[in-house]
Amino acid sequence: MAETIEMPKLSDTMTVGTIVNWLKKEGDEVAIGDMLCEVETDKATMELENLVADGVLIKVYIPEGGEAPVGSPLCAIGEKGESAPEVEAPSADEVKEAKEDSEDDSKEEEEADEEPKKGKKEAPKEDTKPEPQGRKQESASKEEKPAKSDGERAKVSPLAKKLAKELGVDLDDVEGSGPGGRIVKADVEKAAKEGPKPKPVAASSAAPVSLSGAPIAEEGPIKVTNMRKAIARALTESKTQIPHFYLETEIDAAALMKLRADLNKDLAELPPEKGGIKLTVNDFILKASAEAMRRVPGVNCSWMGDSIQQHGGVHLAFGVAVPDGLVTPVIRDAHLKGLRQLSAEAKELIKKARDKKLKPEEMSGSTFTVTNLGMYGVTGFYGIIAPPNAAILSVGATIAKPVVDANGQLAVGQRMAVGLSGDHRVIDGATGAEFLMALKTVLETPALMLV
Amino acid sequence: MRKITYRQAIKEALAEEIERDENVFVMGEEVAQYNGAYKVTEGLWQKYGDKRLVDAPISEAGFVGLGIGASMLGLRPVMEFMFWSFCYVAFDQLLNNGSFCRYMSGGLMNVPITVRGPANGGTNVGATHSHTPENLCANHPGIKVVCPSNAYDAKGLMKTAIRDNDPVFVMENTLLYGQEWEVPEDEYIIPMGKANILKEGKDISFIAHGRAAITALEAAGIMASEHDIDAEVLDLRSIRPLDVEAILATVKKTNRVVLVEENKPFCGVDAQISHIIQEEAFDHLDAPIKRVSSIDAPQIYSMPLEKIQIPDARRVVKKALEIC
Repeated sequence: MAETIEMPKLSDTMTVGTIVNWLKKEGDEVAIGDMLCEVETDKATMELENLVADGVLIKVYIPEGGEAPVGSPLCAIGEKGESAPEVEAPSADEVKEAKEDSEDDSKEEEEADEEPKKGKKEAPKEDTKPEPQGRKQESASKEEKPAKSDGERAKVSPLAKKLAKELGVDLDDVEGSGPGGRIVKADVEKAAKEGPKPKPVAASSAAPVSLSGAPIAEEGPIKVTNMRKAIARALTESKTQIPHFYLETEIDAAALMKLRADLNKDLAELPPEKGGIKLTVNDFILKASAEAMRRVPGVNCSWMGDSIQQHGGVHLAFGVAVPDGLVTPVIRDAHLKGLRQLSAEAKELIKKARDKKLKPEEMSGSTFTVTNLGMYGVTGFYGIIAPPNAAILSVGATIAKPVVDANGQLAVGQRMAVGLSGDHRVIDGATGAEFLMALKTVLETPALMLV
Repeated sequence: MRKITYRQAIKEALAEEIERDENVFVMGEEVAQYNGAYKVTEGLWQKYGDKRLVDAPISEAGFVGLGIGASMLGLRPVMEFMFWSFCYVAFDQLLNNGSFCRYMSGGLMNVPITVRGPANGGTNVGATHSHTPENLCANHPGIKVVCPSNAYDAKGLMKTAIRDNDPVFVMENTLLYGQEWEVPEDEYIIPMGKANILKEGKDISFIAHGRAAITALEAAGIMASEHDIDAEVLDLRSIRPLDVEAILATVKKTNRVVLVEENKPFCGVDAQISHIIQEEAFDHLDAPIKRVSSIDAPQIYSMPLEKIQIPDARRVVKKALEIC
């Protein structure tokens, strides 16, 4: 008897998943525990494990790139030669419906879907479109054809087009030698061997680029990824529903920087098996936050509508920028963990985030969030609260600036601005201020983190 | 190795199969006492007698029907058409009864018939005697269509056709009957549905069947000697089953294709092959797929004009150079 495997709910907000690729093909033998395919959700890309039966993958219902609502069949596992149960493929409407369930404004999405089509139709009309100066985006209305300067569509053989993509050759740089000037395989291979031609504009760096009249980036709609949609939905919800208030303070980070330098000087050189570790400023912020939460547990709460939930443990989320958005992995029971352990876990989660390998449970259940833009030189900012957290800590860069020291003298100080956005339904300014004071105490007397 | 003609090769196949299997018999107009309109069956009646070589009246619908009935009862008839052009009067028997009997009977009745004869233009016999119906016939699921281009293939494929349990239509060519080719003395058969690379090459593929494969081979010679272009020639051998794998392999190797056939272009065999290539190997194409077919008109009676109507090597070369 064949078993069908359905699209699992891989995150709390997931309604639809996309099959990124099948790791097993129809006809392959599969055992329990084998990974069958990779599923992209609104948060991450995860492998789907065979939990149902040993046997043969007799049918794949959703092809690579296909979308399926949660609960709809993806594939069937049975005995060799067995025919797969017939299922109805999810219709485009069903997929859309499932998506709309998670969208507050379905109309907006419809319009967004329309947009690329319009763009595609109109695009070729622009005859003398100058090349963008800046980055080229992967726009929703993807035009593969290289536009020749005279506005005519360049002739490229299908093979040459494919090869150019594989070899990373810009077809604009390739002269076609085929009939009618068609770019053929040999031309692309030659171009790949010779490398890209220097662009005339780039060569004369002093040339005023503004004269070219080129746009700063390729104009047109950009495809909205699942992750982008999830960010848009969650943050709009947060910013419109949660009454945010903002506090700011400045930390004297000199002692912290010295401690970090001292620790790294000794530990960073050691191999990991001998206890080697390189601590980042963020590691200290995480540790200090957990300690400050322990001291001011009123911030470690959630608004539940008719009650406020007090959390007994600190589950610390932190923002990680990834190519098309950001994710917030969670360190569980951060209040019980030492600096070394927090650092190691954070590093592992960051790596997983960049590889899109975070599991749903590694991205949910936080009670507090830390966001840090210090490495970009941002001096101060405020985050948007990630529900059900009651606050988010935003950390800026540590900068050297003139300060008045304990003796009333001007001195060079190491200062770090930190901000706190609070949910006023749960905490008031005073609670937030107490938290920031506790954080300041810990960060300015960093030895407190060691006990 | 010895060389024999295409005609001789077919005769050997018939004789060997008559001797091998008592159920095999040959029937057609003038196949017995007259030794065959194109002398393919020369000497066989004298050797094997009335039971194995049967002269038929001039009624294709009648004797093809007889052959299909006989095959249902377990015989293995080889029916000769003087011209495949005459299949048109036996259409119902060939393409309703012949092609669908196994399907309609739920697999209870096979039709192991072989129908053979020349199917070609180029001999100044007029529009109604010059048909190349391989595309028409192959359009019917249940029918196998074989178009041998040379003596070796003609013999090996004819034997396979006679042993096949389904209707196989073997389309020969009167212009090839006299051509000699190396054919071994020892018995051999050629599996159905396996295309044959007549010449290896790397720059462009000529895909053809029947006599057009020989034309393509000649064109490949000109490409090499006059243009330094190395053409590969793939002889399909059978239209159905079609060796799609071999077609895609040569396209992926050379990235350029000229399809050559003596069939008319409209809904011709190469229209189908062209479609398969663009669908299955689009990203392997470095140029559009080109076709060289007979000119789309009733077969021309004027001899000089008919020579122009049918693809020759120069036309193939010209077309190939358009994409090289």
